[in-house]
Amino acid sequence: MTADSSSQTRLLQVLDEAGMDRTIARMVAEIVERDGGDVMLVGIHTRGVPLAARLARAIEGTAGRKVALGRLDIALYRDDVGPWRPAHQQPVLKETVLPGPIDDRIVYLVDDVLFTGRTIRAALDSLVDYGRPRAVRLAVLVDRGHRELPIAADVVGRVLDTTATEDVQVRFAEVDGEDGVWIGREAGDGG
Amino acid sequence: MAVEKAEALTGKDVVGIDRLSAGEIQLILETADELLEVARRPIKKVPTLRGYTVVNLFMEPSTRTRFSFEVAEKRLSADTLNFSSSSSSVTKGETLFDTARNLMAMAPDFIVIRHANSGAPHRLAEVIPASIINAGDGINEHPTQALLDAFTMRQRFDSLEGLKVVIAGDIRHSRVARSNAFLLDKMGAEVRFVAPASLLPREAEDLGVSTFVRLEPALEGADVVMMLRIQLERQSKMNFPSMREYFDFFALTPERLALAAEHAVVMHPGPMNRGVEIDSVVADGAQSVILEQVTNGVAIRMAILYLLAGGRSESPSDS
Repeated sequence: MTADSSSQTRLLQVLDEAGMDRTIARMVAEIVERDGGDVMLVGIHTRGVPLAARLARAIEGTAGRKVALGRLDIALYRDDVGPWRPAHQQPVLKETVLPGPIDDRIVYLVDDVLFTGRTIRAALDSLVDYGRPRAVRLAVLVDRGHRELPIAADVVGRVLDTTATEDVQVRFAEVDGEDGVWIGREAGDGG
Repeated sequence: MAVEKAEALTGKDVVGIDRLSAGEIQLILETADELLEVARRPIKKVPTLRGYTVVNLFMEPSTRTRFSFEVAEKRLSADTLNFSSSSSSVTKGETLFDTARNLMAMAPDFIVIRHANSGAPHRLAEVIPASIINAGDGINEHPTQALLDAFTMRQRFDSLEGLKVVIAGDIRHSRVARSNAFLLDKMGAEVRFVAPASLLPREAEDLGVSTFVRLEPALEGADVVMMLRIQLERQSKMNFPSMREYFDFFALTPERLALAAEHAVVMHPGPMNRGVEIDSVVADGAQSVILEQVTNGVAIRMAILYLLAGGRSESPSDS
């Protein structure tokens, strides 16, 4: 499980595969309780995409109806690339696909980890270029704190108490070959 | 796809295909794949290049390339300034470098340049810190055209590798043909130039292409047939007897197109001379992808602006 942990970084597993399944099931229950099954789920690249797909499948099982599923790339909306920045490599663009018009829909933005909130700000700006949803909500597997913008999630799988320098790793079998959540800590980080 | 895309463009400019690696070409094509989507949104604009200034310096007539760049710049939210030779101090005798130095006082991040002199963008790139994008220089290169052509081929055939591409027309005066030959050779396609002997370039072998003085044998098994405009403004003297005779021997007619592969597509960088190098029936036919080329041109130019906006690529962005 911690095969790639180097001598500098200690990986501490906080969710295993079964724990992740239970967490996602709880998120699904919350979404369905709040909005029923008539929601559009939009996963933010990279790991919001497999999470949104799993949530959609589970909601379809619970609510018995097809859930609209999309994916969003926020690279064109980032706030850390611009003429005032030193030379840098531009982020690789990924596919944005929305399943249909978002006007008057309840849209859930889905991401694996909520941290500074800057990705979500970019995603919100991107979404309004596609239309005017009835409501936009945010579902994340892990909220690790340390917000830099006034953004909060509506559905949170797990709150993790972290320091700003710790590294939260969420892995999905679809992308990473295994399921689970880890906290990576520098060896001299106190822990 | 055989070619692995590069992580970034290595230079600050895009002045010619000859200076791009296959990996860089692949990166531009794949970036354009995603940017094509912006044109299909209700709001066809992203904030990515807010705060960047682009000068479009067109010292030679151009409609579609200039509009295409301008649309690309606006869709990325850059500020644009347009200078064309007919309406600027160039007509009052100012040299290119004086014009460019004056423009630099306005601190542009990009200069898109079209110029009648081959090599003008390259020389500008050496003396000016802004990113220079070549929109066509003399009879040298037209890199964004070759990239949009490759992008259009890729939409139909997935990969460029092994494609048989016929490029027919005024090859000697064509920067489009040169840039396409460089690009297609780097990406593993096979290029066949077709022209009257007087319009074939002297350096065809150096470009790695085969040459034909008749259209029919070149068309055999072709996947792509690209017709070029006869450039009357670049003929020092007429290199062929008449337009009529040119049509009779070198125009793409439905009968000639039938010699190419059944799935072959017809391309033209525009503007077309209907009835000279291409029959109207072919230009408007089911195999024509000429209008797709125009749409794709905007995405390609957006991709280049986006990728160059990072500046030199030594320090990858964190997070």
